[in-house]
Amino acid sequence: MNAILNSLRTMGLIFLHAFRKRATILYPEKKPYIPPRWRGRIVLTRDPDGGERCVACYLCAVACPVDCIALQATEDGQGRRYPEFFRINFSRCIFCGYCEEACPTYAIQLTPDFEMCEYDRRALVYEKEDLLIAGPGKHPGYNFYRVAGLAIAGKDKGEAENEAPPVDVRGLMP
Amino acid sequence: MVTIHIDNQSYQVEAGANLLQACLSLGLDLPYFCWHPALGAVGACRQCAVKQFKDENDSRGRIVMACLTPAQEGLRISIADPEAHAFRAGVIEFLMENHPHDCPVCDEGGECHLQDMTVMTGHVHRRYRFAKRTFRNQYLGPFLNHEMNRCITCYRCVRFYRDYAGGRDLNAMASHNHVYFGRIEDGVLENEFSGNLAEVCPTGVFTDKTFKAHYTRKWDLQTAPSICVHCGVGCNTLPGERYGTLRRIQNRYHHEVNGYFLCDRGRYGHGFVNSEKRLRQPLLRTEGSETVAPVSPTEALAHLAALCAGPTVIGIGSPRASVEANFALQKLVGPERFFNGMSASDAGLTRLILDILTRRPVRSPSLHDMEQADAVLVLGEDVTNTAPRIALSLRQAVRRAALEIAGARHVPLWHDGAVRDAAQSAKSPLFVATHSATRLDDVAAETWHAAPDDLARLGFAVAHVLNPDAPEVPGLDAETAALAGRIALSLSAAGRPLVVSGTGCGSPAVIRAAANVAMALGRTGQPAELCLVAPECNSFGAALLGGEGIDAALLALERGEAETAIVLENDLYRRADRAAIDRALQAAKHLVVIDHLGHATAAQAELVLPAATFAESSGTLVSSEGRAQRFFKVFAGNGEARESWRWLEEAQRAAGRGNGFDGLDDVIAACAAAHPKLQGIAHAAPSAKFRLLGEKIPRQPHRYSGRTAMLGGINPDWSVAILPLPHTTPHGLQPVADRSPLGRAGEGRGEGVPLIDTSAKGNVPHPNPSPARGRGANERPQINIHEQKPPNDPDTPLAFSMEGYGGAAPAALIPVYWAPSWNSVQALNRFQDEVGGPLRGGDPGVRLIEPGADWIWFSEIPAAFQRRADEWLIVPLYHIFGSEELSPQAPAVAERCPRPYLAMNPADADALGLKAGDQADLRLPEGALRLPVELRGDIAPGMAGLPAGLEGTAGIGLPGWGKIDRETRP
Ligand code: SF4
Ligand code: SF4
Ligand code: SF4
Ligand code: SF4
Ligand code: FES
Repeated sequence: MNAILNSLRTMGLIFLHAFRKRATILYPEKKPYIPPRWRGRIVLTRDPDGGERCVACYLCAVACPVDCIALQATEDGQGRRYPEFFRINFSRCIFCGYCEEACPTYAIQLTPDFEMCEYDRRALVYEKEDLLIAGPGKHPGYNFYRVAGLAIAGKDKGEAENEAPPVDVRGLMP
Repeated sequence: MVTIHIDNQSYQVEAGANLLQACLSLGLDLPYFCWHPALGAVGACRQCAVKQFKDENDSRGRIVMACLTPAQEGLRISIADPEAHAFRAGVIEFLMENHPHDCPVCDEGGECHLQDMTVMTGHVHRRYRFAKRTFRNQYLGPFLNHEMNRCITCYRCVRFYRDYAGGRDLNAMASHNHVYFGRIEDGVLENEFSGNLAEVCPTGVFTDKTFKAHYTRKWDLQTAPSICVHCGVGCNTLPGERYGTLRRIQNRYHHEVNGYFLCDRGRYGHGFVNSEKRLRQPLLRTEGSETVAPVSPTEALAHLAALCAGPTVIGIGSPRASVEANFALQKLVGPERFFNGMSASDAGLTRLILDILTRRPVRSPSLHDMEQADAVLVLGEDVTNTAPRIALSLRQAVRRAALEIAGARHVPLWHDGAVRDAAQSAKSPLFVATHSATRLDDVAAETWHAAPDDLARLGFAVAHVLNPDAPEVPGLDAETAALAGRIALSLSAAGRPLVVSGTGCGSPAVIRAAANVAMALGRTGQPAELCLVAPECNSFGAALLGGEGIDAALLALERGEAETAIVLENDLYRRADRAAIDRALQAAKHLVVIDHLGHATAAQAELVLPAATFAESSGTLVSSEGRAQRFFKVFAGNGEARESWRWLEEAQRAAGRGNGFDGLDDVIAACAAAHPKLQGIAHAAPSAKFRLLGEKIPRQPHRYSGRTAMLGGINPDWSVAILPLPHTTPHGLQPVADRSPLGRAGEGRGEGVPLIDTSAKGNVPHPNPSPARGRGANERPQINIHEQKPPNDPDTPLAFSMEGYGGAAPAALIPVYWAPSWNSVQALNRFQDEVGGPLRGGDPGVRLIEPGADWIWFSEIPAAFQRRADEWLIVPLYHIFGSEELSPQAPAVAERCPRPYLAMNPADADALGLKAGDQADLRLPEGALRLPVELRGDIAPGMAGLPAGLEGTAGIGLPGWGKIDRETRP
């Protein structure tokens, strides 16, 4: 007898749920809120001056546990390094964010975009032009070359933050 | 052996040993900078601090520098002591005050000793908040990059460059924290060993400039043990590859051979591997056609098989091809029709040298042996330019006297500063008798510049003074006799005398004279050391296979005795007179060339087969020490290039007469069976079957990156993966990728966070350079993102993989120096039983040549040089950059190559009315050359010098007589 009552009660409760507020949303017509620190599609950002931030240091590539980042470093005529090519194979990427953590220049960042399904796996291989965005992403102010000791076009030796002017090696002053 | 106590553990170490060295040899992690196993200790950096205690009751102790402390019985120290640890962290903190924020853009990063030591000491946080000192950099030539901000003033660079390598144009300048390491002014670093600075400097001040041009981190390089192919010394190298191109060469330690250092030709000469001139596909000239067309390997092999089935095929081998490649050719054509590919002169000289080293009671020394010599006679060989690494060893031999003085005063020999103070400028005697000035003259006790025949007479005279049984030189002038007396006196007083000569001045008499001196110095059962420099990396290997030189081959072709010639890794035009070659090739019906670069000989071939270079193949080379050493494939290579022996074997298979060579080991076994003198090559390295715990040894470091993306690009040919992409300038904006989801960046996502600035979108055209780089699958149809199976390597126990046995490999197979906490080249310490000693398990390679016992004097003494009235004796002048065939293909080396010139004695030039820079016409049997004149007082009157092996002078048989005139205007 008891068992029958229990069952009826359960059915009643479930029936009542039909009138509760809905927790699911009608994706894709409606978009859920995704926090900014969500680890989704990876982008390459630019520094505040608009230059490519990535200095092709290979740290993201070596940090990547699935080895899905490949790049080649090169240099412009004036000392600035950048990736000649930069490729992420998103069909392998596990969105762990290690690359972002390893990046010493805030160039590589994960974004709250998870909508990257493709019918063809090959379309998941992103080259630099697919990755590079126009802005600085989550770190608006940082410019690696302003702190680095390397001289590049527009920033000579001694002109980085916290740097003294170059030593005069022939000077006799103590 | 004494007992020392380190952190209350007892260890046995050599009495008087350097404590730092002892700690490192024991496998303990003790940070250091300025000490170097080859350079000794000066105590400049204060990084190796440890605490020393008087006895077990002493609890206070005092801080000492391990690198300046000799190990004594009962010595009690602590590395872990908190105060010592804090001291070391403090030293790093001081060094870091001015250190730039450069690691991400520093070529040293990932293999930086400073990074390693910083982590080891535990310094993590920068507290110093004042401005950093900065320096301007210098242009130092095509080999080295200079970034002075990164200097930690350890003084290793100048100690290597000046004290060890004898350079003069690098120095420490200025004072206090302005000390600057560089040249007086911008300019090319002159020393031939400057490239070692990249490895000696523990930071990123000096880095490899050619590597920078296609930079890759150490953890991304695929590496394998290799041997330098740019001279006969046989230095051990570690080439590294990425994306199908060879990126750099580093030193591979070999205690007996090159130790810690390479010459710049060896380090920077590998560019030919990536050259545009590389042959990548078989090329066939169809009947009657002027041009060649690419064909498939099968077609090429069928063609070669058909040619081999025809009448009389001869094979021309090469002293720069491996023993295996030469042997496969010999097997194909038969021993009677195999020629070793050397010029007539080199073939004769090499045969003579082998005869001396195997039959006479003289021993060919290793470089390490040469460094122990306490008196040296160099006869007729400009080693700095023909076998560069030997010159560096001879410089160390000159220091023997200094070490003896220091030893007598009980100064530990590793205490470099004290040794130099004690010995001042004391030098062991080095006599340099050559036909022109050499770069060793500055440390020589005496130098003598004369014609080859006179050099030979000097040698014979020395031998006669040393041992009256040796033949006497008739008509010797008093000056030469006196010099011979002084040389003989020094050599006989020495405990370990050394004679160095070689093929450099093209004179058998000089080599015989050197042999006489060495024999005269030897005692029964204790042969003296005689180093005879061979011209190329495998001259001895090719000569040991037998066969005549190129002249005989050309004659056979010209006479019609052979119809088909197969030329193996050889440009004949560098080895004989152009006219003679033209005649022979005209007469030949079919010419097949197997080589890695297109050249004049290949241009005439009917069939060209692309050969793998040293970096893409495995094989054995025999050095001028007589040491057989194995080099291993670094990467699989691009296109259809394959090992020469594979082409030859496959052709024979196509003709139905295969030798059953499935792997390198089969070729080696067959070669050892056929040539008893080469039997040792089988033991030069473990065979392909060798496994450790059932696994192969990986060529890729365990942190090799990009494995699942490097092939994901355009096409499986990795080299294509680095098509240039347009680059953004720091100022101009590049277009933004507008993958569709991005267009909705704001909606529904963390509102207000300006994640993506899409302002530039649409205004700038997309810079898509290649159709392969569109967006979306439809625009990239040819992409294949399936990872390929790593190439198989049936020839060696190494794998093209990051998987495999990760522990210590046998010395011959060590693909990379790395150990936990030691990412830089200093990780090598972990591969030696005693730091600075042999590699664990013994250094690789097998000596094939041991002294004989035929105590027979050479008595063919030439007459003294007589100058001729209207002819000059043209002698070869060698250039480290330029005289060798392959290294000038590297752009950086090409920059250092001289242009052809004619060196004359000022008096002679004057008599002809020639001034420096004037054009002169040189007429040789081979033809005429118009050359600018250089005045050189070191060239004896009656002689003139012509640079050997340059484009335009290669193939000229030197020494030889020629006429010189003022430029005759046409
Ligand atoms: S870690 Fe950052 S700077 Fe370095 S290569 Fe990756 S994206 Fe570029
Ligand atoms: S020298 Fe070493 S520590 Fe200094 S910037 Fe280069 S990698 Fe970093
Ligand atoms: S340049 Fe390099 S080797 Fe020379 S003192 Fe500085 S850190 Fe040491
Ligand atoms: S000395 Fe010879 S073998 Fe050694 S690195 Fe130089 S060229 Fe190569
Ligand atoms: S290594 Fe001992 S003071 Fe530099």
